[in-house]
Amino acid sequence: MTAIRGDTAFRWIATASGLAVLAMLALMIGSTTLDALPVFASQGVWQFLTGTTWDPGISRTEITGTYQAGVFLYGTLLTSAIAVVLAVPVSVGIALFLSEVAGPRVRGPLIALIDLLAAIPSVIYGLWGLHFFAPTVLKPIAQALSGALGAVPTFAGPVIAFNVFYAGIVLAIMIVPIISAIAREVFVAVPDAQRDAAYAVGATRWEVMRSVVLPRSRPGIIGATMLGFGRALGETIAVALLIGGGTVIGASIFKPGETVAAKIVNTFQESAPEAVRALIALGVTLFAITIAINIAARVIVRRMGDLSGEAVA
Amino acid sequence: MTAAASLRVRSSRARGRARLNRLMTGLLVIAALLAIMPLVLIIGVTVIRGLPAMNLAFLTETFNFSRREVGGGYLHGLVGSLYMGGLAALIAIPLGITTAVFLTEFPRSPSTGPVRFFSDVMTGVPSVFVGLFVYTLLVRHIGFGTFVGGLSLAIIMLPIVVRSSEEILRLVPGDLRRASYALGARHWQTVLWVVIPAAAPGLVTGSMLAVARALGETAPLVLTALAAQTVVLDFQGEGQSALPLLIFREARGAFSAGQQRAWAGALELMLLVLVLSIVARFIGRRIRG
Amino acid sequence: MTDTRMPLRGRAWRAALPLLIVGAFTLSACQSTTTGPSTSSNPSSPSNPSSPGNGAKTSLLGAGATFPDPVYQEWIGAFVGANPNVSITYEPIGSGGGVEQFIGQSTDFGGSDAFMTDEEVAAAKKARDCDVLHIPTVFGAVAIAYNLPAVDGLVLDSATIAGIFMGKITKWNDDAIAAQNPAATLPGTDIIVAHRSDGSGTTSIFTTYLDHESSDWHDAVGKGKEVEWPTGVGGQGNDGVAAAVAQNEGGIGYVELSYAIENGLAVASVNNADGTSVEPTLASTAAAADGIQIPDDLRFNILDVGGQGYPIAGATWVLAYTCGYEQPKADALKAFLHWSLENGDSIAQELHYAPIGDALQKQALANVDRINADG
Repeated sequence: MTAIRGDTAFRWIATASGLAVLAMLALMIGSTTLDALPVFASQGVWQFLTGTTWDPGISRTEITGTYQAGVFLYGTLLTSAIAVVLAVPVSVGIALFLSEVAGPRVRGPLIALIDLLAAIPSVIYGLWGLHFFAPTVLKPIAQALSGALGAVPTFAGPVIAFNVFYAGIVLAIMIVPIISAIAREVFVAVPDAQRDAAYAVGATRWEVMRSVVLPRSRPGIIGATMLGFGRALGETIAVALLIGGGTVIGASIFKPGETVAAKIVNTFQESAPEAVRALIALGVTLFAITIAINIAARVIVRRMGDLSGEAVA
Repeated sequence: MTAAASLRVRSSRARGRARLNRLMTGLLVIAALLAIMPLVLIIGVTVIRGLPAMNLAFLTETFNFSRREVGGGYLHGLVGSLYMGGLAALIAIPLGITTAVFLTEFPRSPSTGPVRFFSDVMTGVPSVFVGLFVYTLLVRHIGFGTFVGGLSLAIIMLPIVVRSSEEILRLVPGDLRRASYALGARHWQTVLWVVIPAAAPGLVTGSMLAVARALGETAPLVLTALAAQTVVLDFQGEGQSALPLLIFREARGAFSAGQQRAWAGALELMLLVLVLSIVARFIGRRIRG
Repeated sequence: MTDTRMPLRGRAWRAALPLLIVGAFTLSACQSTTTGPSTSSNPSSPSNPSSPGNGAKTSLLGAGATFPDPVYQEWIGAFVGANPNVSITYEPIGSGGGVEQFIGQSTDFGGSDAFMTDEEVAAAKKARDCDVLHIPTVFGAVAIAYNLPAVDGLVLDSATIAGIFMGKITKWNDDAIAAQNPAATLPGTDIIVAHRSDGSGTTSIFTTYLDHESSDWHDAVGKGKEVEWPTGVGGQGNDGVAAAVAQNEGGIGYVELSYAIENGLAVASVNNADGTSVEPTLASTAAAADGIQIPDDLRFNILDVGGQGYPIAGATWVLAYTCGYEQPKADALKAFLHWSLENGDSIAQELHYAPIGDALQKQALANVDRINADG
């Protein structure tokens, strides 16, 4: 009897913890949105999202300042776009190398090393980027680029010490492990029979990749790209250390900018209560965007069949 | 066209194809090297810059009163990180594993699908948002502190534990279960005494990786643990420190002594996180392999 | 009364501590350091605190402004070195957080670069049921750093500064700048404006000055810890602004004087209300408050500076209450602030903060003596 009752209890406990995860997510959305409501209400959602004025007030109880997220949303999208544009080709290359070229002796250690890249904390990327990588490696590159292409507004100089470009590059390094891990799983999922068929008619290895592996994997690569993009959007500390902090939308990637996440950690400590609420409204906005991208990406990846979750986590 | 000419065309085309193949394969190798280069640079630079300031005092002392001078250490950060990381593990691992058990043991429950999907989605929630969430839910009412910091880390760990545990639990051979049922064990007994023990090493691996991830988090702690100058053992109500918080602050400080400490702190944090990750994977590999 | 509320709540939470395995193993290792900052060598303290006596130890917790953090930490180090039965912790969490924690009764004293607003004072009074004390500790000046290798000793007046930081003056050889620097050969290059992107007391002092001096600025930008900058590149912290200036010829930005001195930046002299162009130094910062009318509650801005004073300066404050402290805590806080105001000048100057001067010090000490005066 107790054993049967045990089964009932077991079912309840397991179901309860499953539902607890859902409840947590619901609570996350509810608690933050409720807190930020006065900001959305006073600014208007559309104005909040598209305006470019961020002029915080100092009240403890009311919303007296102007809070518009446009500049930070622009910075967030721009840095993440730079990161994705750079990271996707490299990641797909690594994944192809791992699944199509490398022998098992190289594959294992290389996967482990790329996993280590994912394990390094964001703050170490930031410290390293700020005091080593940006000044010694990226600065000459940025100056060369702005020297050669300075006429294009995107690359206009001068290169400021903290800028969107540096933040984007370090973000790219940070999302390579995520994109490459998913892409590799997608490539591995391509049936060997199809590869063999192509090899049998005399295709070279590259031709097999180009005409068999890549076309079949396109949705998976798109999904992986979106997940990498989503991660880049929410990345905070490394960006906060590198991007400098701009208050205007500028065309040049060699000027400082600001992302939503960086704005939150950079100004939280000096903010009056009303401005803290505005930061929470920023957080809610960021959450909504990343979640939408995540859901879309996962729906796409899922259509590819059940991939292991480890890479996605 | 003569046969010879046609042969020449074909062979030159074949050479072109072979060359393209070599070129593309070469590019793939370069891509792989491109990914490894930053890893080498990060670990190398952190070790080289961190070692000079790394010593026993750094590991066993808190801040000196004078920030501009060399000396003092991050003991308070280490204690805070371990305290909050431990707390997060205590919350997230049991809840995460039970959730994974729910997903694998009750596949027909109507909530299985949503739970799996949304725990996946939760892995994509920006960590700074988790900090804001805990801030609105708890910090507004009970203040900054160890508990709220640990809780925010737990929320970050949770979906990672769920996903990795689910995967491991699924790998437990059906024969084991059937043997257990054949001996008259109930469902809960089978799960508790057969499935979980069989999956234990993998569960440990997944949990350790989640802890490693949590220990490196900074953004949620800025909003929940806040900061501390000294070793804080209070469970809640007083600010708490953590290694990433100290690195973050001193990385952008004005004093070069502080930046040296930040590098030593980065070395300490990196060792902590990488050792955890490597040991975790080693455990996982031994069992599976 | 309300003072006991927080500790009680703290204690209730602490009761759960034994549950925590992690806490437990660190306990044994760190017991000696739980109550105060490290007791490791500290050259600037008169005597190193030996292991604290077994008697009751009074501990004070403060939190707030990051700007005076280096000097507060060294004052604390020196003070507790001579008074080992007291431990003081100051958390540099920012002025905003400092004021909130102070109002929320979770700290013994606050630190802020801006005096509390009437709304904040009212909230604090309501929470504690007695008065709030503002105790100025040191002055900071905001220096205007620039990067023009060929120009030494740039001079600017408030209208020109406002014009530059509003983006109305965009070239270095603009007439407005040339008129004040007749001897200098100004290049025709672009001015690259750098400003703080995070909320900061430095920005508050700088914009309060411009807001007061220039009606254009008042209408277009205003004042505060964060403002809506019409032009320029943002930088995080003094570091960010200084780097943006240092690495770009033609750059100009504002940083804390202590930071500018520490890093050897070229800084502009600024014309004060008497029309004298004054270089930012510790002496000219200290002189800034000489002719200023200070209200009784010691909430003041430093504006309309004349004489030999440098015009862009401001105070930073410690915040305390007139009631609600346990007597040992009140005694310790009073002793610490007395010591700091009376003996802390040399440490402050070493760190490039300007002492507040004798007259204001007298007023500040009067406020220190009111701590806990209402019981």
